Amino acid sequence: MATIHELHTKLVNKEISAVELTNAVISHKAKVEPVVHAYLSDSHELALASAKAVDEAIAKGETISPLAGIPGAIKDNICIKDHPTTCASKMLENFIPPYNASVIEKLNANHYVSLGKLNMDEFAMGGSTENSALAKTANPWNLECVPGGSSGGSAAAVSSGSAIWALGSDTGGSIRQPASFCGVVGMKPTYGNVSRYGLIAFASSLDQIGPVTRDVTDAALVLNAIAGHDSKDSTSIPGQRVDYTKALVNDVKNLKIGVPKEFFGDGLNADVRKAMDEAIETYKKLGAEIVEVSLPSTKYALSAYYIIALAEASSNLARYDGVSYGLRVSADNLVEMSTKSRTEGFGPEVQRRILLGTYVLSAGYYDAYYLKALKVRRVIKNEFDEAFSKVDLLLAPTAPNTAYKFGEKINDPLAMYLEDICTVPANLAGIPGISIPAGMSSNNLPIGLQLLGPAMGEETLLRAAFTFEQARPDCQLVAPTGEVSL
Amino acid sequence: MSSKYETVIGLEVHTELKTKSKIFCGCTTEFGGDQNTHVCPVCLGLPGAMPVLNKKVVEFAIKVGLALNCDILHFNKFDRKNYYYPDLPKNYQTSQYDLPICLNGHLDIEVNGETKRIGITRIHMEEDAGKLVHSGNTISDSNSSNVDYNRTGVPLLEIVSEPDIRSGAEAKAYVEKLRSILQYLEVSDGRMEEGSLRCDCNVSVRLRGTTEFGTRTETKNVNSLTGIQKAIEYEALRQAKLIEAGGKVDQETRTWDDAQGITLGMRKKDEENDYRYFPEPDLVPIVITDEEIEAARNALPELQDAKIARFVSEYDLSREDATILTVAKVTANYLDEAVNAGADPKTVSNWMLGDLSKMINENNLTFAQSKVSPENLAGMIALIEKGTISGKIAKKVIVSMWETGKDADTIVKEEGLVQITDTGAIEEIVKQVIANNPQPVEDFKGGNGKAIGFLVGQVMKESKGRANPGLVNELLQKFLKD
Repeated sequence: MATIHELHTKLVNKEISAVELTNAVISHKAKVEPVVHAYLSDSHELALASAKAVDEAIAKGETISPLAGIPGAIKDNICIKDHPTTCASKMLENFIPPYNASVIEKLNANHYVSLGKLNMDEFAMGGSTENSALAKTANPWNLECVPGGSSGGSAAAVSSGSAIWALGSDTGGSIRQPASFCGVVGMKPTYGNVSRYGLIAFASSLDQIGPVTRDVTDAALVLNAIAGHDSKDSTSIPGQRVDYTKALVNDVKNLKIGVPKEFFGDGLNADVRKAMDEAIETYKKLGAEIVEVSLPSTKYALSAYYIIALAEASSNLARYDGVSYGLRVSADNLVEMSTKSRTEGFGPEVQRRILLGTYVLSAGYYDAYYLKALKVRRVIKNEFDEAFSKVDLLLAPTAPNTAYKFGEKINDPLAMYLEDICTVPANLAGIPGISIPAGMSSNNLPIGLQLLGPAMGEETLLRAAFTFEQARPDCQLVAPTGEVSL
Repeated sequence: MSSKYETVIGLEVHTELKTKSKIFCGCTTEFGGDQNTHVCPVCLGLPGAMPVLNKKVVEFAIKVGLALNCDILHFNKFDRKNYYYPDLPKNYQTSQYDLPICLNGHLDIEVNGETKRIGITRIHMEEDAGKLVHSGNTISDSNSSNVDYNRTGVPLLEIVSEPDIRSGAEAKAYVEKLRSILQYLEVSDGRMEEGSLRCDCNVSVRLRGTTEFGTRTETKNVNSLTGIQKAIEYEALRQAKLIEAGGKVDQETRTWDDAQGITLGMRKKDEENDYRYFPEPDLVPIVITDEEIEAARNALPELQDAKIARFVSEYDLSREDATILTVAKVTANYLDEAVNAGADPKTVSNWMLGDLSKMINENNLTFAQSKVSPENLAGMIALIEKGTISGKIAKKVIVSMWETGKDADTIVKEEGLVQITDTGAIEEIVKQVIANNPQPVEDFKGGNGKAIGFLVGQVMKESKGRANPGLVNELLQKFLKD
């Protein structure tokens, strides 16, 4: 399995050049993309130019950063200057940002190589990537299944080997759930740990950029490159830079891991439950202490999440009115022009969410919905704080089910929303979470194990995830098309 | 009708703050510039761009709040005000809703010699919108409109008064006083014509003696001080007439047509937006400490009221003169500087209100731009006091000072304007004038005292104004008696 850290060693040892590596991944991508469709746009020329610069640095004997020259790809809601950034929406199909997101600036400083932009649910709204208006991405483990979402392109690309690593964004599980569905590692950092500047907003108080990778070490390496305070994002957390690779310690002996019973409810798939039981056993054997904890308000999390996220979305998406950028449909007057542009530019799920979000903020409904949801959010956060006063981490499934077939839930929005039940609490509380492969279901689809930590507890998460990964090589599987030949 | 009804007025004043950069990005706030040149991803509301609060705006808001006797909220926050308009790039305005930076203040105004206290409900910070540039002269005769986003994101303070104002004249006095304070604090230009100060007038009428409020209208687009008074007086009369005729006032937004001198209906209340305010998730709440508030309070400049009091008590000026000289801070500063340079305050005040004001007004300048510096004015006054020049010559000297920028000493020397105080030299001229004007001399001797005035004038003329007038008089009397 080609990972960032293995390939970095090969580059430094001159076993392969960055240009050769980039070409190899481009060739592999050409093979898998016709069936996986993870990408919305390519930047091969730029990738090769960046790779060439890395080779020159290596030739000069310079020290290169761990990410330098390793081909990755970026979710298409993160702005890259002079490159299309579409949010998988007709509204922004032809939008080219005149500026870089802060994470792109940071990756540039690391001499990153990007092969292109990745598919997603339109404006990150969805859990299957079926809401993309521009492409249909398949799950590399089973092409009839969805890759999860909204960062479905990111998870599918890393799983199918068309990118060694990717950036995704997570508003209610949009990194962790597709990582789980595609059998890769996905991490949602603490809210404020990674700058949101240049991430096209879905729900500003919940959105967070994070890594999608092939193993936990790679997640730490990508996080090292993108995390840290940014003066352009007022919600960014100040503080010193952390070297997350230092947290990759193969030991959980003094860790206390809580198992929140509310995450193991009736809707949990039997295979998923079995994988969780096995994971708990693994941790016990490794010397961690397992305790049951309770987060009683978890049952309200989904309602609170959908109210807050959609309220913010209704305002965040108001700017797409056809006036100064994005899709404009001509009409006789201004109101009609905006109405037509928004009607044609937004897909049905986006329109549904804008309507719901507008409704919950409207005069007469605000207190009953939005204000109540904010209170629930506070209670949920307090319950997490309480839990983390007793345990170091929480262990839960990433999703109640494994990947499902295309079309299975797309006409039942509520069933689709219910799939987010295990992931949204972390976004409401602003805490970090990671999904790592924890085995396969009886129908050969990956299952994700989710670990949650207190705010800025990424290091503990990485340590526990890394230790599990070392102990359970049986869970480290590569998708049928995922092996890149170098 | 006007005695039967009482007018109730509340004002919402928007003022642009003259910070160097915009409220949420680094773009310049400079007025003008080619269309859409003072813009960036943040103020254009491009996808993914995020605001960062300019701390100067908070500093300015605290100053204004303290000058208007407000409580400063230790914890305040921004909210989004959602509405669609093409001059608003995000289709929401970042403003403050339920926790604004200042609450519960007041401002004392003076109308017809009486002081009245007007309550300030709140002050909040927000971003300005852009400007629509219509292809025609007005929106109705235009085929298309462009949007200029240069003004988008310029910081604004909205200052909301209590409905304590009872007449157009009071409203005018309130805005005038408010503008003076903003200028004293150096936070705003307060130029109504350029739109850096804008005023929305909420007006209702009720039967005198009743306490319930009538239905109010909000009049926008008032862009001068006299406009405020006229718009309110028009609107109050319109409402009173309407009620007298058995009709009722609609709650609506109206616009002031300055050319016609009338208000016109724009939209009814049921056409108003539901702004769907909610906390701005891209910004963190603003926390202000007691120490910061105290530091701001200590750094407040002396405001007009305090200056008037000091000019009356320390400088012995009349209240009227002190008021005129303190409307603008730069005028008051000029007076203080001339006094500090050693001149008598009353004399300085007389020159400022007289010759100097005339030259400044003719040239469309302020006292800060006066070509006669306060030090030079003080220098000239010193020459008068020493007797080097007469008051009359000084009127010439100050003109030369204005034209050349030179000090009084230099001008007096260069132009040979030093007063002649040498008795011998004046005696010569006096003798000559007496010899040359036998008739007036006869008249004077015959008992016509006024004739001496003519003779003094002749001496002054001969001396080119330089003879000491007191000495001339004395010598004439002496020689004519002989």
